Amino acid sequence: MLFLFYIQYNRYAEFYRQIIYISNDSNLPNVDWINQKSAYTMETQQQLDDFQARIDAGDKIEPKDWMPERYREQIIRMGSQHAHSEIVGMLPEGNWISRAPSLKRKLVLLAKVQDEAGHGLYLYSAIETLGVRRSELIDQYLYGNAKYSSIFNYPTLSYADVCVIGWLVDGAAIVNQTKLAHSSYGPYARANLRICKEESFHKKQGYEMVAKLAEGTPAQRKMVQSAVDRFWWPTLMMFGPNDSNSPNSAELLKWQVKLNTNDELRQHFVDRVVMEAEAVGLTLPDPDLKFNDETGHWEFGEIPWDEFWDVVKGNGVMNRERIKSRRKAHEDGAWVREAAQAYARKKNLSREKAS
Amino acid sequence: MNTTKELSVKESKIAYLLRLADDRLILGQRMSEWCGHGPVLEEDLALANMALDLIGHASSLYAYAAEIEDEGRDEDHFAYFRDDYEFTNLQLCELPKGDFAFTIARQFLFSSFSYYQYQQLKEAKDEQFAGMIDKHFKEVKYHLRHSRDWVLKLGDGTEESNKRMQDAFDELWMYTGELFYIDGVDEMMLAEGNGADLLSFKDEWKKLVEDTLTEATLSVPDWDQFMMTGSRTGMHTEHLGHMLAQMQFLRRSHPDADWK
Repeated sequence: MLFLFYIQYNRYAEFYRQIIYISNDSNLPNVDWINQKSAYTMETQQQLDDFQARIDAGDKIEPKDWMPERYREQIIRMGSQHAHSEIVGMLPEGNWISRAPSLKRKLVLLAKVQDEAGHGLYLYSAIETLGVRRSELIDQYLYGNAKYSSIFNYPTLSYADVCVIGWLVDGAAIVNQTKLAHSSYGPYARANLRICKEESFHKKQGYEMVAKLAEGTPAQRKMVQSAVDRFWWPTLMMFGPNDSNSPNSAELLKWQVKLNTNDELRQHFVDRVVMEAEAVGLTLPDPDLKFNDETGHWEFGEIPWDEFWDVVKGNGVMNRERIKSRRKAHEDGAWVREAAQAYARKKNLSREKAS
Repeated sequence: MNTTKELSVKESKIAYLLRLADDRLILGQRMSEWCGHGPVLEEDLALANMALDLIGHASSLYAYAAEIEDEGRDEDHFAYFRDDYEFTNLQLCELPKGDFAFTIARQFLFSSFSYYQYQQLKEAKDEQFAGMIDKHFKEVKYHLRHSRDWVLKLGDGTEESNKRMQDAFDELWMYTGELFYIDGVDEMMLAEGNGADLLSFKDEWKKLVEDTLTEATLSVPDWDQFMMTGSRTGMHTEHLGHMLAQMQFLRRSHPDADWK
């Protein structure tokens, strides 16, 4: 009886998914709901065991390989969040392109923001191998519940913020993405590998500029310290909740979508950044930072998790503005996308006529 | 137009380089406003790429002008420490970015003009200058192809896109006359073997524009309508001042700081 229900349900979910594919209507029901329910697909224990064996042997899973539905969902969830983050991430830094203080810095910043658009593109393409469309994923974050990294809901108040973002935020992203480059899903791993190369360059440029500001005029020093003070805790939050409070982690680790826990990665990052901050004479705003001789790690104070959850829920300084701004770009561009489609149709038609 | 004084060869060369550079900086700055706000992700990349090319090119032209000037200044001096009336870019380049059709129409008009201009300049006697132009000629060709493709797509796309594209060209038309403005600076550079003979390709350029608009099912506005003049000698719309205020404020607030 139950078995029949599953089959029936699954067919229904498949039907629904097809409707979503062919429709651009953003008011469709939340796709997450359908995806979650479709986890009830009949997957035999044998299939699951074989899949786990492949993962454990370090095999890469490719788009046409069999995979548990839940694995597929997790890759889509995580990968598209990652892609959305790249796109929204263009806004806080893009905020300083027009005001960058030298032509060289303007070019560096413009190239960096352009790279982020490129990263978004790699990631969306990687996720599309799982049979979802980019337009659908974009609708989910513009009009649905899909998340992006909360760090981008903080404002960039000075040019130094952009440099500190390069150093800290890209630095943290690299720690994450270097690990994700070994993720079990082939296309996602390869996208991350490419991203890492460019991201390392961004981090290097950011740190160089931070160093320059830190030894610059009093105004430059004040600017860069203020940026560090404001971005330090939000950067640590980028690694996600503590392991004890991270509901998706166990499954992601089991399937080697992720290879390290949030806390492990965060610790790795802190250990490195403390030294980098010292090297340029900047103060990290945490009185509890101290080196533990026994563990060989830097201990740090309690992360302000209340703030984290507030921003996740939409109450950061820039949450509303970011979404508003992305929606505006998307909606203002609708006529362009329609025109491009209409033109392509006309061209195809005349080509068919000709042949 | 040259009512003030005869310019020396050196002064003409600097003025010529600044005109080329100002066009590209100001247009690049406008183009960069799209970054993160494009109609589709691929276009975010393409528009940012064009902005990068234009500003990068401006930067090397300014640096060369500073080198010739030999007063210990650099490319940033020209970009950050001059006022509206000292800029000699075309008004075409400073107009607000408008909608995507406006951005594309302007880019097409500018890139097609640059294409012919650069074809001549890359043969300049001054090898350093010619090398710089040659390097960027490849980018100009890409900008022309990209903007021309979009003129066709939007012109021959939907009713709405056709209307927007037509409106854009209609609005921009009176700023095209200045593309072919010629004064003593141009004549001096041409005589020195380092200038482009604008009149030599005017008809060819007009034909390219007309053919493209026609293929895009757009009507060609009247070439004989009133045309703006004056930007090569410092006359601008009020839009430029606001753009410069934004572009220059940080650098000017801390003139002694090192930002490179």
